[in-house]
Amino acid sequence: MPRVNPIDTEYFKDERKPDFTVIGTTVQRSDALGHVTGRTEFFEDRTFPGLAHVKIHRSAHHHAKIDDVDCSEALAVPGVLRVITYRDVPSNWYVVLRLIGIEPNDEPVLAEDRVLYKGEPIVAVVADSEAAALEGVRRVKVSYTELPAVFDVEEALAPDAPIIKQAGTNYFVYEGHHARRLRFGDVERGFAEADYIFEWRYSSAPIEHAPTETTGCIVVPQSGGRLLIHSNTQAAFFTLDNTALILDRPFTDLQVKGGTVGGGFGGKVDVMVEPLACIAAMLTHRPVKFVYTREEEMQVSSPRAAERIYIKDGVMNDGRIVARKVMLYVDAGAYSRHSPYGTTKACAHLPGPYTIPNVYADCHCVYTNRTPSSAMRGFGVTIADFALESQMDRIARALDMDPLQFRLRNAYRDGDMKAHRKVASGTALIEVIQRAAALVGHDLPEEYRAMSSKGGAA
Amino acid sequence: MTLLRGRGYASVNYPTGMNLGGDPSQALIHATTMGGFVVSLSSVDLGQGLKTVVAQCAAETLGMPMENVIIDTADTDTGPHCMGTFASRGTHRVGNAVIMAAREAREVMLDVAAEELEVDAGDLETDGTGYVRLKGSPETKIHISEVALAAHFKQGKSISGRGIYLKERNYPVPETGEMDPDSCQAHACTVAEVEVDDETGVVTVLSLHNTYEIGRALNPGMVAQQIEGGAWMGVSHAIFESTEPYYPASRDHGPVDFSEYLMPGPAEIPVQTSVILERPASNGPFGAKGIGEMTANAPIPAIANAIFDACGVRLTTMPFTPESVLRGIDARRDDALSA
Repeated sequence: MPRVNPIDTEYFKDERKPDFTVIGTTVQRSDALGHVTGRTEFFEDRTFPGLAHVKIHRSAHHHAKIDDVDCSEALAVPGVLRVITYRDVPSNWYVVLRLIGIEPNDEPVLAEDRVLYKGEPIVAVVADSEAAALEGVRRVKVSYTELPAVFDVEEALAPDAPIIKQAGTNYFVYEGHHARRLRFGDVERGFAEADYIFEWRYSSAPIEHAPTETTGCIVVPQSGGRLLIHSNTQAAFFTLDNTALILDRPFTDLQVKGGTVGGGFGGKVDVMVEPLACIAAMLTHRPVKFVYTREEEMQVSSPRAAERIYIKDGVMNDGRIVARKVMLYVDAGAYSRHSPYGTTKACAHLPGPYTIPNVYADCHCVYTNRTPSSAMRGFGVTIADFALESQMDRIARALDMDPLQFRLRNAYRDGDMKAHRKVASGTALIEVIQRAAALVGHDLPEEYRAMSSKGGAA
Repeated sequence: MTLLRGRGYASVNYPTGMNLGGDPSQALIHATTMGGFVVSLSSVDLGQGLKTVVAQCAAETLGMPMENVIIDTADTDTGPHCMGTFASRGTHRVGNAVIMAAREAREVMLDVAAEELEVDAGDLETDGTGYVRLKGSPETKIHISEVALAAHFKQGKSISGRGIYLKERNYPVPETGEMDPDSCQAHACTVAEVEVDDETGVVTVLSLHNTYEIGRALNPGMVAQQIEGGAWMGVSHAIFESTEPYYPASRDHGPVDFSEYLMPGPAEIPVQTSVILERPASNGPFGAKGIGEMTANAPIPAIANAIFDACGVRLTTMPFTPESVLRGIDARRDDALSA
């Protein structure tokens, strides 16, 4: 039997429903046996006669104008069936978030006259074998004129920074603003009234999803003209809809089959392989496989964004935080992908699970000449939590307060108004802190043990 | 060489569902001739157990055993729309859609059974073993296989149901950030204990102790696996991983395979103990909240705070590499000497 954590039913006793029949019992994961015996079928386990392979010739520079692309030698490689350039992509410019109304389309499927990051796809080579496709890729010749690149989020926002984006700004524009804004109370008055001001900076480097199974798909042309896409996407219809838009074909022409994924973590929602595999299948009338190598997965597929976060807090002698200002910078890399969404999600998370009467935040989605970042587990929140909870620890130490008591004193409760003006409900921060303290034998005074999430502003 | 021990704390919350909503998922359900129930979806199981947990939601709602439920998913020709598996939304959105579909199917199932038993459908209940029976008179019962056969070949009824869950899309006010981003929030508090080697700078995470408030544990075994697997990723983010080790100064040294991109092996996995609290979410399936993503979050600052507790070095850049720990220790020595 799998290990099960104890459920402490003393908490929220009056709100817990009586026991159910199947709900609340440990049922073995339905795919567990297949996974551990190696019998689960992943997309790559399928074989098709005449399967062709796609490999990509990628940018050698971080930022450059493309002067010329010469594919003649690649086409001469035995086994190479086609080369695909941006001219073969019916609707080359896209942003995956257009499905939820995000604009503009800022990324080409294949680069046109310039590249914005090292590793950006320029030419796709379709061949009988992976080896022939790779040889074709090696023989593509691209000549460039290098352009000044920007690699730092704050340097990218400086007035003298080279503008790398066609839209004219090195940041995503949120309804006319240079950042997703949060304004609640009067943060400057809060600082003026505070006994202490604490201001620190936090940052992170990009992180890879590192799935066991790399991103990929196999596209099989059907007799009726439709395309069947076997994919390890995390979102079947999201992939279908974005692919149809890029192919400029009716959505009903496509069918996505998936559902078994060797690790997602947000890395398989970018729709990176399906459009080119479909185009290759349409041009060659062959089943086509496009799967990232491990090197592509680590260096070219979107990582978790690096972030830089400045937090300034105004705190009273008794440990109440009365003002918090956050300047947050998300390094989106060269293209939007899901970063404009993730930056808004980061903004919604501020100022953390604490009730603070004065909050001010600017959350910037910044473009640099790096591998585009995108969704990853805890999108917008993971790095913010590192910053926020490090900040809480430092303030508690500076005030010589117990770190859990300091958190309990500021914890949000039912009825409190959050900084984004939603009334808090169903809160339980106080209780998880109390129970964790008990779990490790960290003594809390009675006053703190008696606190409840239900004792909020209401 | 000294091994320095420290303890650190972090408390967090995490939203369930796509930020700002607008992310529907649908489910269709139908009975086979012998009383199997096929749940048709297009949702993707990332290995976290979505198929299992929504099968539990279907079985509970139908009042049928788990063995009767078949999950057929992730074919866009046969499954209705699902936004995708991300944003800690799968259990919440798909679970709710499946419950709605199962309720509709259950209603037909009870109608058909009522006609067979010549009783009122409102007087019927399920026993969870495959029978529909008369409340207060358990001998008056009919097996689901007979109900389904009667529906197909005698009464000409389709035992089926449709379900959808949608949190309506919200749009933030650009000036103030006023918005309704989430369906509910889950909570966690993590206590990390670490050991820092002051000669090598290597940090070892000895233990993680957690309390998670998750609404309702639909499958306690999989809850434990989510928490422990997520904590592993948090430990990895904190002290092992980066594609750009010298970000933002340089793009050099980027790893291209797992011999250069290190993650914790079995020997580096800390001892973990966890306690679960349940405060049901009014909009969650049986009260459940999404904890898929958040289990990686609290360990990171808890480890950072434990490192400070151990050796007095405040690390403000992830990951916390041996180099950064050693540089911090050196800086403290220099400060002490010059003081």
